Amino acid sequence: MTLTPVPVPAQAPEEWQGSVEALRGLVSDRAMTGETLLLNLGPHHPSTHGVLRLLLELDGEEIVTCLPDIGYLHTGIEKNIESKSYEKAVTLTDRMDYLAPMSNNTVFCMAIEKLVGLDVPERAQAIRVICLELTRINSHLVWLGTHAMDMGAMSVFLYCFREREFVLDMFEMLSGQRMMGSYMRPGGVWRDLPAEFLPALNKFLDYFPAKIDDYETLLTNNPIWIDRTQGIGVVEPEDAMALGMSGPSLRGSGVNWDIRKAQPYSGYEQYNFNVPLGEHGDVYDRFLVRVQELRESLKIIRQAVDKLPGGPFRSTNRKFVPPPRAELGGSMEAVIHHFKLWTEGFPAPDEEVYVAIESPRGEIGCYLHGTGGNKPRRVHFKTPSFMHISALGVISQGHMIADLVGIIGSVDIVLGDSDR
Amino acid sequence: MQIPAALDPVEAIREAMPDSLLDVHLFRDETTLIIKPEKIVAFARYLRDTKGLVFNFLSDISAVDYYPDYNRPGRFGVCYHLYSMLYNRRLRLKVYLPEDAPTVPTVTVVWRAAEWLEREIYDMMGINFKGHPDLRRVLLPDDWEGHPHRRDYPLGYETVMFSFNKDEINKSKPYAKE
Amino acid sequence: MGVISSKMGNLGVVTTSLDEAVNWARTGAMWPLLFGLACCAIEMMSTQASNYDLSRFGMELNRASPRQSDLIIVAGRVTRKMAPVIRQLYDQMASPKWVLSMGDCASCGGVYNNYAVVQGVDEIIPVDVYVAGCPPRPEQLIHGILTLHEKVRGERVLETIND
Repeated sequence: MTLTPVPVPAQAPEEWQGSVEALRGLVSDRAMTGETLLLNLGPHHPSTHGVLRLLLELDGEEIVTCLPDIGYLHTGIEKNIESKSYEKAVTLTDRMDYLAPMSNNTVFCMAIEKLVGLDVPERAQAIRVICLELTRINSHLVWLGTHAMDMGAMSVFLYCFREREFVLDMFEMLSGQRMMGSYMRPGGVWRDLPAEFLPALNKFLDYFPAKIDDYETLLTNNPIWIDRTQGIGVVEPEDAMALGMSGPSLRGSGVNWDIRKAQPYSGYEQYNFNVPLGEHGDVYDRFLVRVQELRESLKIIRQAVDKLPGGPFRSTNRKFVPPPRAELGGSMEAVIHHFKLWTEGFPAPDEEVYVAIESPRGEIGCYLHGTGGNKPRRVHFKTPSFMHISALGVISQGHMIADLVGIIGSVDIVLGDSDR
Repeated sequence: MQIPAALDPVEAIREAMPDSLLDVHLFRDETTLIIKPEKIVAFARYLRDTKGLVFNFLSDISAVDYYPDYNRPGRFGVCYHLYSMLYNRRLRLKVYLPEDAPTVPTVTVVWRAAEWLEREIYDMMGINFKGHPDLRRVLLPDDWEGHPHRRDYPLGYETVMFSFNKDEINKSKPYAKE
Repeated sequence: MGVISSKMGNLGVVTTSLDEAVNWARTGAMWPLLFGLACCAIEMMSTQASNYDLSRFGMELNRASPRQSDLIIVAGRVTRKMAPVIRQLYDQMASPKWVLSMGDCASCGGVYNNYAVVQGVDEIIPVDVYVAGCPPRPEQLIHGILTLHEKVRGERVLETIND
């Protein structure tokens, strides 16, 4: 079926063709009379992290209503996965939350494993934990860089991206790709850790703590930073839970909920780490929570590297996991398994599961419903950025536009995550 | 502070609202309660407010389309995934909706997080939520026709261009001129 | 300019030097529009950062306003909802302007062949250079930018003014 072409306007219209009546009920009545100003913080804007459109109703500089409008990055990933077999769909999940691709991979693979009842060996679990924590560090570095850049501290952006290069080099050693590796597969990981990975990781673990101290020196006691972030965007704990916020944005308000501690997955119960909590629920507390999480991630990685068990890196259940190429020369069953799994894929029962993990942004959940055949009936991802953008409309009321930039940065949204 | 003892949700529901609970389904340590669509708000309030249950966090609302298999009592299913932060456990409520004019009352009065989740289901599956404060499309443009996540909506696949069909496709592909 | 070239005929040395000078100036400080859509935007930010510095090629900063930029790097998947926005931004840019389509999704629809993604941003705006990759490595993006610079150096200034 060919797609209908997008009607390209010969010339962009000079003025807005709609009318304010369309917004009746969504904005306050003062906007209807023109007493307050309707301003479009459009999809193309330097400070909205991605293509987010906010329709603001402003009384001077103060925000009366904030209506988020998303969908400018809606890619139809969930529908696309319905037409692919389970292992092939893992590559599509990388590109949802593109700052934490391994988290998306992991939640999808864990849902598949729960649905079909596939085991994950211990070495694979430890490798998954190392990769998930490195992904968390990666994501928090981008958050810190862009958040600080929006608030004016440009050098933090360059420092964070310099650190990111080390982590991206390590990901390239693992999967061959800097960002979208699709390294996690159902049953474990794609391949074992290469020889150069652990020395590079140990070097990074020695090098990075000093850098976190650098960022704290620049920002934490900086009077301009404190003025701009303390008392801004306060979310009460009950409101945060009712709005569906999760992750560091929820922990900044003092709610002690981290899925890695509450419902541990992939062997997280073996590791000793603290969950940083905020007190006031403002932008500054969310900032402190995430910076502290960088240190805790390093702790977890160190423990995982020390305890790294031997054994297979992927499940050996040949009904679901293709055999390695070396086996194909000698065994007929291996050839048959290889053929069936790569042409058709494996079947999953006509049941539904829901798996949630702690991505750097919050709780990412995967609802997977099988058909009994080799393609899923329905995949739905509950992504934290979706909930946080809807909460943005509530949090930002009463603040000024300059504070809004700080609030958007502090809830750490990624538009690929919310729009899928 | 004394935390009240945890109740078993299935037992508690069977005692409190026996006639609206249609079925209980267990799969891989997940409990699903299948209930009548009209009673969803009552169930939600009961599960959130009863001491011993306190399902105060709405994790997710998902919708499934059982076309063309039709092997469930209704073409659409809507699942509400609940989580109790106090007792650290999950629960799923499921309702089945018919094919024409699928409607279910909104649970935004119980969990505010449901506002955008239900908007997305309206946008993608075409299920109506009665009483929703702001039911508009959220992910697709406002003038889009159709509901893409329905299984009878085509994927919108464009023929892949290889060297043998390159000229054919190039003739019909709308390239921008200036 | 058309009058000058018809009166003086083929100026030869003068016009080629003028071409070179103008094109050198254009490639020397081609400021891109701050336009990142999805994952490719993160690689574009990495390219702009200190490890693979884009400032050494003249792209010191990204301008937020389309009227002040020369180059639009479409980094990421273009969805049907975003398509009119891109067209409007392209129309608002002043000539001379160039378009670099970064990544597979902007070049041809990429991994996504479905209802929501425009199969290549060249359905919306005319593209000068395509950079493949998902996402392209910073080195690939730099190669694409240098290819664009070569293309610009080959342009004839007088002809474009006569159009």
